[in-house]
Amino acid sequence: MLRYVPVLMIALLVIPVTAGLGMVLLPAFGYLPVLGGEQLSLAPWQALFSQPGLWRSVAVSFSSGLASTALALLVVVLFLAASQGTLLDRSLRRLVSPLLAIPHAAVAFGFAFLIAPSGLMARLISPWPSGWQSPPDALIVNDPWGLALTFGLVLKEAPFLLLMSLAALPQLQADKRLQLARSLGYAPTIAWLKVILPALYPLIRLPVYAVIAYATSVVDMALILGPRLPSTLSVSILGWFNDPDITRRFMASAAAVLQLGVTLAALISWWLLEQLVRRFSRHWLTNGSRRRGAATLTVAGRGGLALTSLTALAALLGLALFSVAGFWRFPEFLPQSLVLDHWQRSAAMLAAPLVTTGVIALVATGLATLLVVAALENEQRQHLHPRRALWLLYLPLLVPQIAFLFGLVVAAEQIGVRPQLLLVVAGHALFVLPYVYLSLGESYRRLDPRWLQVAQSLGISRNRAFWKVRLPLLLAPLLTAVAVGLAVSIGQYLPTQLLGAGRVTTVTTEAVALASGGNRRLIGVWALVQAGLPLIGFIIALALPRWLGVTQRESNR
Amino acid sequence: MKRKTLLSAVIATAMLAAALPGALPAVAAPDPDNWQKVLEEADGQTVYWNAWGGDARTNRYIAWVAEQMQADFGVEVEHVKLDDTSSAVARVLGEKQAGNDDEGSIDLIWINGENFAAMREQDLLFGPFADALPHFALTDPDNNPEVVTDFTLPTDGYESPWGKAQITFYYDSAQVDAPPQSIDALLAWAKQNPGQFSYPRIPDFTGSTFLKQALIELSDQDAALYQPVEDSDFAEITAPLWAYLDELHPHLWRSGRSFPDSGPNLRTLMSDGELSLAFSFYPTDAAVAVMEYELPPSVRSYVLEDGTLGNVHFVAIPYNSPHKAGAMALANFLLSPEAQAQKQSLDMWGDRSVLAIGQLDDSDQAMFEQGEQHPSALPVDALSNTLAEPHPSWMTALQDTWLERYGVN
Repeated sequence: MLRYVPVLMIALLVIPVTAGLGMVLLPAFGYLPVLGGEQLSLAPWQALFSQPGLWRSVAVSFSSGLASTALALLVVVLFLAASQGTLLDRSLRRLVSPLLAIPHAAVAFGFAFLIAPSGLMARLISPWPSGWQSPPDALIVNDPWGLALTFGLVLKEAPFLLLMSLAALPQLQADKRLQLARSLGYAPTIAWLKVILPALYPLIRLPVYAVIAYATSVVDMALILGPRLPSTLSVSILGWFNDPDITRRFMASAAAVLQLGVTLAALISWWLLEQLVRRFSRHWLTNGSRRRGAATLTVAGRGGLALTSLTALAALLGLALFSVAGFWRFPEFLPQSLVLDHWQRSAAMLAAPLVTTGVIALVATGLATLLVVAALENEQRQHLHPRRALWLLYLPLLVPQIAFLFGLVVAAEQIGVRPQLLLVVAGHALFVLPYVYLSLGESYRRLDPRWLQVAQSLGISRNRAFWKVRLPLLLAPLLTAVAVGLAVSIGQYLPTQLLGAGRVTTVTTEAVALASGGNRRLIGVWALVQAGLPLIGFIIALALPRWLGVTQRESNR
Repeated sequence: MKRKTLLSAVIATAMLAAALPGALPAVAAPDPDNWQKVLEEADGQTVYWNAWGGDARTNRYIAWVAEQMQADFGVEVEHVKLDDTSSAVARVLGEKQAGNDDEGSIDLIWINGENFAAMREQDLLFGPFADALPHFALTDPDNNPEVVTDFTLPTDGYESPWGKAQITFYYDSAQVDAPPQSIDALLAWAKQNPGQFSYPRIPDFTGSTFLKQALIELSDQDAALYQPVEDSDFAEITAPLWAYLDELHPHLWRSGRSFPDSGPNLRTLMSDGELSLAFSFYPTDAAVAVMEYELPPSVRSYVLEDGTLGNVHFVAIPYNSPHKAGAMALANFLLSPEAQAQKQSLDMWGDRSVLAIGQLDDSDQAMFEQGEQHPSALPVDALSNTLAEPHPSWMTALQDTWLERYGVN
């Protein structure tokens, strides 16, 4: 049984993606009989290339994706290099998993409230010292170059990359390496950059690639923070797919293929950058310089992550303030009154989406975790080396959602599967599974095999050892992986919207639907609920093992 | 080997399923004229009502409607919140193309204008049903042609009227003394008050309505606007509009380099103090916003002196809805004096009624009494001067040209 799990898992991930891509690729060249396209043609491409502002859209998607990834990676790497295990460092690290849990849309809303000309930051300095009585007429959110989008993305990507790095670091025996380097006189920060980073990077490469793919094609964040005239490519594609003019469908498919190309181009550019960095850092790595720049790098490392974490926190705070604000005019820093009206009015409408969100997240994550644990257990029993087929697992993360989800809906319709709750659950599992695998894999493989050898030598069967020894020992990372899975599922916008025909409403789809109305108070309520759900998951994941651990230890006494 | 067999079995099943479009017999549509039968059939159905979900008030009202429908008719109403109605049109079209003729995912759709025109053109609507709704007569269609006309097109009973909208301007009287009374005056005002006004980014419907309002005032070709756009010289007729916008844009919010996302978004910008003049499609919008702490009490509403564009919005039933009876029961309930009065109430939504209120029973009329006039609301008589919507093809043509001219900056 167990040995078929990896194949099953890969099939579950690969078939939908390829089917979806196929159903986009064909109409991109004019062929899709159900839509009236009978023969191959280049007309969709001609229509696409005549769209005003297409290349600007492409440029913004490409540059915001690459720039945000580079910035986030820089912030994370410098923080890890500078991190000395001080109180500040530890609390920053602890802040990271909750930040990771907050859905992109909620962060984007909060960030927009923060940086808008009438937002919290401008209010903080108004009317004194800025002298602004009314908000400055400056294009900050939705700026044409996607800078707001880029920084918004960094807020979410930095926690993710940090968590991935922290998960990979123990493999490297970082402490020993560092001790050695420091005994040779290297400043701690420089030592980390020279001896740990070159070994760490290959381990977090796939997550970095996933971040690039995500950032170049993100929809919900770009809807909120991205440029408008024109929008990013992904947002334009969404509009074209939703256009009642049927000929637009073909053009939208061509655009989806173009999006795939943009993401691919960004990945290739990154790879080229990697090669360049590798070539030009070779000298620096071996030049024996032990201290130069250490102080600056240390400050930058702590400051960078502190800045992104605090910004994200402030964004949440802004959401909370707006959700209880009475009348609140610029330049007042605080609302004139605090009211619960917005919460009360939303309460009745919150219930059903909350239940749906919970059910989808639990089922999708449960399914994904089951498969991942089975696959990892199989890997351990067969003594397989994990690397080979691994990248296939990441396919749903590397192929932009917008490029294959529309095709997937068409493909599902073709075999008579109508959009519905089950399809949404399956769609979520597609994105949850790779993340669960990412967060659980390393801990699973690192668990000292002698625990199980001892158990088996005491006459316990392999299956019993799995339940009695391995699972309890892995409870903490397992729960963290589940929490990550829940967070990923709760944050999904596009798959829920498309695979559920809009009929399946979660807190995320509701929050994004409200976004077009721009009522900050209501958005505050919904975004907070959206952010709160995964937080509960993470709190349970952190508290449960501790609680169980305490009782165990006590009974041992 | 086993794996291969399984895979080919899956593929074969899939191909078989694809090769059998419409194998099921079509479900007989309910006969709208046998209303008792319609209600019987509706009992127990779940109606998926696709309606734009960007405004909390509309959502609140729909939630109230859902409660009533469940209690009175045993019909469960699910509000599918759209961010753009055209996506629902696209979905029905997609279903039709995929051969899904009787298991559609949409039962009722909030619609008007070019989306209705598009659905009619593609034969995506069920009907005629509107005339058979018992409450439809309350709209007095013989004397109120707007309830059977949608952007110049006859509705032919394929959609049922729901509410009335008209462009209404509002401003903060604490900041603005003399708001502009015409489209021409607006330009002069914007020059004096740079960055204080804007309109939603096209193709948003409120933004598109602003374009039509400006076009009606700026061109002297009114008759042509009520015929299909193909019949006239678009470039010539719209030339004054583009010249006007070219001049206006540098004085708009963000110097016209970005535009708000939607009508309600204009309200938010007013609330933040970024704008001091805005407009809405709902005459009561400003008053409700004041009541909900969104706008300061100093806000006042008005319409332009030569009148503003107004229209009726409708609900329609897609041809492949599996719950047409439930959808009709719902459309009829929406026309009931009770539901219309609730809708018009400022505490609920503030959307104007399509009923001929003067012809209702006294007790029904009493439901529409709102008590004291809210100072931020429009004076009662201000809406008499309503300009009719041009032919829907103008909207699409204006949108396309706008995007070509201003879509990239």
